[in-house]
Amino acid sequence: MSNNFRTTNSNGLINKDKKINFTFNGTIYHGYEGDTLASALIANGVHLVGRSFKYHRPRGFLGVGVEEPNAMVQLHDGNKSEPNIIATEVELVEGLKAKSQNCWPSVQFDIGEINNVLNRFFPAGFYYKTFMWPKSFWMKIYEPFIRKAAGMGKAPLLPDPDRYEHNYEHCDVLVVGSGPSGLASALAAAKNGARVILAEDKPNFGGSLLTDEVTIGNMSGKEWASDTISQLKSMPNVILKKRSQVFGYYDHNMTVMIERVSDHIENPSKYTPRQRLHYIRAGEVIVSTGSIERPISFGNNDRPGIVLASAAKEYMKVYETLVGKKPIIFTNNDTAYSTALEFIKNDIEPIIVDTRDSSNGELVKEVQQKGISIKFNSGIADTKGHLKINSAIIGKLDSSKESFISEETVECDCICMSGGWTPTVHLSSQAGNKLKFNDDIDAFVPDKKRQKETAIGAANGSFTLNQSLAEGFQVGFDLSNKFTDQNNPTNSPNSNEPSYEKHEKLWCMPLPSGKKPKRFIDFQNDVAVSDVELAIREGFRSIEHVKRYTTLGMAGDQGKTSNLNGLQYVSKIEKKIVPEVGHTTFRPPYTPVTIGAIVGREVGNHYLPTRKSPIHTWHEENNAVFVAAGLWQRPRYYPRGSEDMNSAVNREAANVRKNVGICDVTTLGKIDIKGPDAPEFLNRVYTNAWLKLPVGKARYGVMLREDGMVFDDGTTSRLSENHFHMTTTTAQAANVLSHLEYYLQVVWPDLDVNVLSTTEQWSGIAVAGPKSRDLLSKLFPDVDMSNEGLPFMGLVDSSIDGIKARIYRISFSGELAYEVNVESNYGLYMWKKIMEVGQSFDIQPYGTEALSTLRIEMGHVAGAELDGRTIPFDVGLNSMVSQKKDFIGKRSLSKDAFTESDRQTIVGLVPLDKKTKIPEGSHIIEDNSAVAPIPKLGHVSSSCWSVEYNNPFSIAIIKDGKNKIGKNLYAVSPLKDISIPVEVVSSHYVDPEGSRVRS
Amino acid sequence: MLEIKCPYCGKRSQNEFSYGGDATIKRPQLGEEISTEDWDNFVYYRDNPRGKHSELWHHVSGCRQWFKVSRDTATHEIFDTCKMNEDFNV
Ligand SMILES: [Zn+2]
Repeated sequence: MSNNFRTTNSNGLINKDKKINFTFNGTIYHGYEGDTLASALIANGVHLVGRSFKYHRPRGFLGVGVEEPNAMVQLHDGNKSEPNIIATEVELVEGLKAKSQNCWPSVQFDIGEINNVLNRFFPAGFYYKTFMWPKSFWMKIYEPFIRKAAGMGKAPLLPDPDRYEHNYEHCDVLVVGSGPSGLASALAAAKNGARVILAEDKPNFGGSLLTDEVTIGNMSGKEWASDTISQLKSMPNVILKKRSQVFGYYDHNMTVMIERVSDHIENPSKYTPRQRLHYIRAGEVIVSTGSIERPISFGNNDRPGIVLASAAKEYMKVYETLVGKKPIIFTNNDTAYSTALEFIKNDIEPIIVDTRDSSNGELVKEVQQKGISIKFNSGIADTKGHLKINSAIIGKLDSSKESFISEETVECDCICMSGGWTPTVHLSSQAGNKLKFNDDIDAFVPDKKRQKETAIGAANGSFTLNQSLAEGFQVGFDLSNKFTDQNNPTNSPNSNEPSYEKHEKLWCMPLPSGKKPKRFIDFQNDVAVSDVELAIREGFRSIEHVKRYTTLGMAGDQGKTSNLNGLQYVSKIEKKIVPEVGHTTFRPPYTPVTIGAIVGREVGNHYLPTRKSPIHTWHEENNAVFVAAGLWQRPRYYPRGSEDMNSAVNREAANVRKNVGICDVTTLGKIDIKGPDAPEFLNRVYTNAWLKLPVGKARYGVMLREDGMVFDDGTTSRLSENHFHMTTTTAQAANVLSHLEYYLQVVWPDLDVNVLSTTEQWSGIAVAGPKSRDLLSKLFPDVDMSNEGLPFMGLVDSSIDGIKARIYRISFSGELAYEVNVESNYGLYMWKKIMEVGQSFDIQPYGTEALSTLRIEMGHVAGAELDGRTIPFDVGLNSMVSQKKDFIGKRSLSKDAFTESDRQTIVGLVPLDKKTKIPEGSHIIEDNSAVAPIPKLGHVSSSCWSVEYNNPFSIAIIKDGKNKIGKNLYAVSPLKDISIPVEVVSSHYVDPEGSRVRS
Repeated sequence: MLEIKCPYCGKRSQNEFSYGGDATIKRPQLGEEISTEDWDNFVYYRDNPRGKHSELWHHVSGCRQWFKVSRDTATHEIFDTCKMNEDFNV
């Protein structure tokens, strides 16, 4: 196989000196540098690339770029495997491996093709109608079958090894598309001093100038494009991006662009990303995205070898490749004649079929002057050739153009069709532009804009070069003037291009006599003319409904080549004009974007930031098992030897009850509160009284939301008259700060108070257990640690080795306990110091599991009880609620539902067998043998193994809890299918008098 | 993604901010006698207008200031932003 379909000229953009080897379905081929996978395959005579979605019909290339609906392949294998890649968008690179998809066992012989023979059983809505009953069949039989039959490519099962990056850009003017209008506007805007980004999807700038025979000034179009690009390249205010698709237009002129950075490079360096996602916030966006050629519907118009005329031309002019050597040009307009002329240049005489009665366009005349006769008033009725087209049936149209008068069979190896041009309005539409129908070009164009977006050139329906350039220069200058004061316009050069006559409004050929071949509209989703007819016959009227019923325009290509032909056909059957039918909505992304690019570098450990305490390394060195607490990594327990979690946790918790434990509580939220109104502010924020808290004392506080639910709790201490140190739970730290700022800035701006997060500035170390006093007395010999010297809820400042420490006498474990706070940088030092001194007191570190055990035993509430559904009464905090003053959320507490005496309240539970652990989340019920639905009394919020009593203990919140103490109930967990008889006890299971903390 | 002009910092991307609800809601005075209905209106009930909406935003990943934004809920157009003690110009 060696490139039999290359042209002999070398005016294109491939480098025939550099061969590139690749494989397709296991066969080795070669192409050249600058080829796409599509152009290289076509050059090797390969047109059959895949099977269609529904009927498994053989399919080849229709287009040459993003519009391609058929030629989807699976690239690479293993963890680099990628499905549904459009072959026209893949640049050839040494060693590239591609294979067909949606076929089995091979693309030449595909079992699924039986669907094509049975196609009368697969009309529009087939799946909806057939697979409805019985319902139970859906999941097990129908759905897997449809999935298999409809399977496109295969998603890789391994993690993506490639690197993707994100970039944020700002510019004054973003120009999307580098055809004549795009280049003109970028040049005008840049010369006027604006910061410009010019984005081009293809590997080469220039758009239609790369293929059209035009002159601009004294240069060819292609030369002018390259000259303009060099000018732009030399300007510091311009960023040029090729291989870059702007696929989404979001609010406030935020566009997103995907750049293919390294797929086309044979050996990219290690840290080069594969793709880069650019978020571009642009002052103004110029949409110069050009237009896409429309196909024509005729019998069997989907065979490999049937391409768009513009694609055939681009393959010849850019890729030096012939789509065939016996071409038929089939058109309803003049532009396809430039493709005919290109064939003639390559010594190939095309057959030309034109639906129109005549045309006096310049290109038509040029073709005629070369002695080529044109079959006017004719159309293609049908085609033949199983895996590749080999002949066409050309028919003479009658005067109504509704049927053929006569038919003849003509041999061919390709058909290059043109149904005119559709402006690429996707981005404008995404930006909220209400499109309008332009009757001259029979297509929708942008109209009333909602954002700062301006379509120009072909995307705006301006199909002549003169008009495109004029719009480009004018709009580029006008828009850039909003950002600069240079007022420096650039004049549009003279240009020259052939004149074109009007197209004919005919996009669907009559059926050949006596036959009913499928005439496809949407190639990717296998939607034919007959499917649209059926949908209308069955009563679907809205174009959105026709779209969903037939799946027209719903495939990965988003109907780039099919939408308008579908609309046109609906309007013809309905005898309505197209704008009355309306159009479906365009949504991002314009072209498929790989998930890896969207995720970028936020994968694995980078998914979220990780917060570590300054003592983290010590925990690591001492065998801690970590657990995520929000973003924080906290030691969960420290196993010794072969200990499992339960034994480690029980050992750690028991050691706190017996000796002394040390726990890293750095993660607690800390907020510094200063100002003359600070006491008054705390008095409003917390449910209890704060005005009279003495300096040097701490107090436990509970705060509510306005709806009365407990929001957070913590200990806050008064450091001086107007200076407080608040602590919050780890989980709510950020929310509490926002809450305080809200009340200070929005509700009570008259209060003179400042709040500031100091979570990261302090490292906190809890030292808990009966031996904690002796330990700290030894560590801080200058401090009077006696119960009188530092009573419960007291605090004192001290220092060791010149390091300032603040010692609070507070307790979460219910034991005699202290919390030592030092500046973060000294956290590790202080921890080690306490461990060192603590050796003689049998100190052990304890993690979050033991921390939980200790607080659950004591009946101290935490996040599981303060779950946003409990008021202070429910969780035993009623004594914290001041009756004398108002505070945030207080009024809610007097609402009827909140004052009912049998509300669900906090209790303790002990299993009757003293052995079975009660799963958290279990339901509490009274009668185990009752018939469902069984009334639920409440739920289990927290469970632990009580180290004090050596049996399981749980906290539950149950209806009329206080009056249920002493009763036997059942804790049931339907998920685990267990039912545990339990006794209700006080939630204060250990030391209910609270004597230990005050000892 | 919206672009919001913080009255203190200037234009920033939406991901620096968090939304804070209707800016026209006034909290009842502390200690004020208030009917359950009025209190419920304050706590729970909000209009859900299509079109111009005066709302609060908080520059959480920035200057930590709460401020007011006048925004069209249908088109996301932002007409104006101002500090808490200011009024919108448009
Ligand atoms: Zn700010």
